[in-house]
Amino acid sequence: MSDAASGEGIGQPVRRKEDFRFITGNGHYTDDISRPRQTWAYFLRSPHAHARIKSIDTSAAEAAPGVVAIFTGRHVADDGLGGLICGWTVTSKDGTPMKVGRHPILALDTVRYVGDHVAMVVAETLADARAAAELIDVDYEALPAAVSLSACQSAGAPQVHPEAPRNTCFEWELGNKAETDAAFAKAGRVVKLDLKNNRLIPNAMEPRAALGEFDKGTGIYTLHTTSQNPHVARLVLSAFVGVAPEHKLRVIAPDVGGGFGSKIFIYAEETACVWAAAKVGRPIKWTADRSEAFLSDAHGRDHLSHAELALDKDGKFLALRVKTVANLGAYLSTFSASVPTYLYGTLLSGQYDIPAIHVEVDGVYTHTAPVDAYRGAGRPEATYLVERIVETAARETGIDPAELRRRNYIRTFPHQTPVIMNYDTGDYEASLAAAMEAIDYKGFPARKAEAAKRGKLRGIGFSSYIEACGIAPSAAVGSLGAGVGLWESAEVRVNPTGNVEVLTGSHSHGQGHETTFAQLVASRLGVPLANVEIVHGDTDKVQFGMGTYGSRSGAVGMSAIVKALDKIEAKAKKIAAHLMEAAVEDIVFENGTFTVQGTDKSLAWAELSLAAYTAHGFPSGEIEPGLKEGAFYDPVNFTFPAGCHICEVEIDPDTGIVKIAKFVAVDDFGTVINPMIVEGQVHGGIAQGIGQALLEHGIYDVDSGQLITGSYMDYCMPRADDLPSFDLGFTTTICPSNPLGMKGCGEAGAIASPPAIINAVTDALGIRDIEMPATPARVWTALQSATPRAAAE
Amino acid sequence: MPVVSMTVNGKPASADVEARTLLVQFIREQLGLTGTHVGCDTSQCGACVVHVDGRAVKSCTMLAAQAEGAEIVTIEGLAKNGELHPVQAAFREHHGLQCGFCTPGMIMTAVDMIRRKPDLDEETVRDELEGNICRCTGYHNIVKAILAASREMR
Ligand code: FES
Ligand code: FES
Repeated sequence: MSDAASGEGIGQPVRRKEDFRFITGNGHYTDDISRPRQTWAYFLRSPHAHARIKSIDTSAAEAAPGVVAIFTGRHVADDGLGGLICGWTVTSKDGTPMKVGRHPILALDTVRYVGDHVAMVVAETLADARAAAELIDVDYEALPAAVSLSACQSAGAPQVHPEAPRNTCFEWELGNKAETDAAFAKAGRVVKLDLKNNRLIPNAMEPRAALGEFDKGTGIYTLHTTSQNPHVARLVLSAFVGVAPEHKLRVIAPDVGGGFGSKIFIYAEETACVWAAAKVGRPIKWTADRSEAFLSDAHGRDHLSHAELALDKDGKFLALRVKTVANLGAYLSTFSASVPTYLYGTLLSGQYDIPAIHVEVDGVYTHTAPVDAYRGAGRPEATYLVERIVETAARETGIDPAELRRRNYIRTFPHQTPVIMNYDTGDYEASLAAAMEAIDYKGFPARKAEAAKRGKLRGIGFSSYIEACGIAPSAAVGSLGAGVGLWESAEVRVNPTGNVEVLTGSHSHGQGHETTFAQLVASRLGVPLANVEIVHGDTDKVQFGMGTYGSRSGAVGMSAIVKALDKIEAKAKKIAAHLMEAAVEDIVFENGTFTVQGTDKSLAWAELSLAAYTAHGFPSGEIEPGLKEGAFYDPVNFTFPAGCHICEVEIDPDTGIVKIAKFVAVDDFGTVINPMIVEGQVHGGIAQGIGQALLEHGIYDVDSGQLITGSYMDYCMPRADDLPSFDLGFTTTICPSNPLGMKGCGEAGAIASPPAIINAVTDALGIRDIEMPATPARVWTALQSATPRAAAE
Repeated sequence: MPVVSMTVNGKPASADVEARTLLVQFIREQLGLTGTHVGCDTSQCGACVVHVDGRAVKSCTMLAAQAEGAEIVTIEGLAKNGELHPVQAAFREHHGLQCGFCTPGMIMTAVDMIRRKPDLDEETVRDELEGNICRCTGYHNIVKAILAASREMR
């Protein structure tokens, strides 16, 4: 029986292999792992947004009960450790490279945000370490802080880094300014919009954690940590920070409880734990509490933008002009420079044929936590801008929002945008039509009228999004400033008994690779799903890999597996030909059986696997024993998932509460391996998008730089009763650039949904704009100042 | 240090602990039952939910000493004789988990919810989940799983 027939093959909603351990409490997250003689680390953090450290006196703390060691920036510097790095160099429009402020693992003489790392206390218990940290006497000279994004570039603003005058890390541009200006000069209409993309705090439910160990006998360091990309962590820790040579450092990311980008990066705490393990000669464990996570995980988004869209008299888009100031926080995080530039500016064409685009982005430092990739990373910011201004244009021109989109959709492929991307395929009209059908767009006026009778304001909003995923062709990203290649690796090991281990450089922290990757392998080799084990997350097992983010595990990670499987099949056929005394060309491999074409000779998968290892009588030199193949896959293009989300909201004018009445998402992800898992990814993404649009906001006090939203009491996470059930649909165009035709689905929901929601809210309120998150207070305030139309209904 | 004794997953458990030890610390660190998770420090996320004398309780919000003599069930004790509890099975069947970190708390909460309110509907489930945060699933499939389990257990 083939796997497709048995319900395990590609396209089947196979129940997840990994679930059993999670539903029975048998997962192994980093904090679940303990070692004999283990010590605990606690980090003393800066209470100031900006201060000079005059002195640090650790003597009282060192004498406290249970203390094993205390480390400060001085120890780190004396040991010759480098600082943390940004792996992407952005060049300003004047040709100069971005201005990088130094990022020490523990602060040396200056602290630059509330939560910055000042000292590390290692003690017998966490309680001992915490108590001792209170005894460390740090003499700070508090300095004024640059917190406001809009003011941090002004002349008198406090400076975050001496290397970056006016707190400006880079002034980047993309597109053609002259063509854009010319198009605006002859435009029939120009629509302008100022937008804020609110700061978000990722909040994977498992806080970051580390367990550092050092083996004196071998000189090998081991770091268990909450990472989306353990190999990249090892590379940075060895080549840049200098903790240990790469072959003496093992990084393991065991079960990881969500990432959403925040666990891509190499942070101070994890680095310090593995480094100090050798110093104290004992394992060191650190687990962030939620308050530390709020303070020190890299945050997301935080843009201020001005956008202008030029249209002709028929509503055809002529040009888009964008100026954005992007907050980078106090230090550059691992990929932060790429997010508001190459992951943002390149998507500003959206689904539309826009002949000319010019975008300028200033990346700026502020005295706040570092900002880096968070689910979608740059693409939600681009989509928010495009879809908000398109909706605004529809309202100002009086053209129906669906119709205006239709008039401007890209319809022929490949399509070269003015901002680097070459869209390979898509059918935007199809997803729009399916979404309009699903939400019953025609019935909306009646629903609005019915809501009005109940005293409620009903609105509808569209979002036609596109993203660039499957990150990314190494040559392309290299030419744009990346310090790494973004291929993926895979190794397929067939055991003598015929079961299969697949080692992948992708990393699963909720995405279900143990199931979807196994579906691919099982259906290709004709073995039961149960006989395929997916191995990931350990630098000792998997040779190298780039990890999981940017919806790349399917399009890139699985493509690498396909390549390795091609090699396995080729070698297996050679062995089969030898065993059945036939020509290789005559061997057919189907449903796990090798046959000689036109004969009744056949060989089962398990027989062949065993023969590969007994190797009896292999013609020497022609066939090597064993059945194991590896491959590296470097994508030839990005992939372009796209679709249409439509949201209907109902607002209570008395309270300002926005209720999502209906949410429809129709996505084109290309080939889908497991629809159940893909739908789950979309649900989660939409929930995060609704969080951004209605609930979540990372706020710093603009004077003191204190994080005001530093706990779940203050930062509004989406809860079950804030959300509706979602109505999902799919349209499909196959991605031509990878062997499986996959595009990726991990970020779509978070990218597409915020503009759909805000378009619906502003439609309901009859106003031009409202800042995210559209909290009841903001909505109510908007209603009070709105036209009588909204108030009277 | 006081000795606390309780029954955990049907077995007696006792240890010398500092008075300030939280129930979740006792479960994770003393007993090594790491299925119960800690996701916050403000009693908001519900990753730590266990059953104390049959009721769902946030074990980060209770001292181990307060559980003296109590009957505790953690996620590890929910399956009986190798058979998954219907709520566990429903989470798997309806893809109610992704990273799995919130899952033990969600399942323990759901079991108690179904016990208290056999006639669950979607709105009630969403209301009842107020104290459990999931960042991965958008709750859609968690709600579906709980409703399915409650129907099955009726
Ligand atoms: S850890 Fe108990 S509620 Fe969050
Ligand atoms: S499954 Fe990851 S937090 Fe719920």
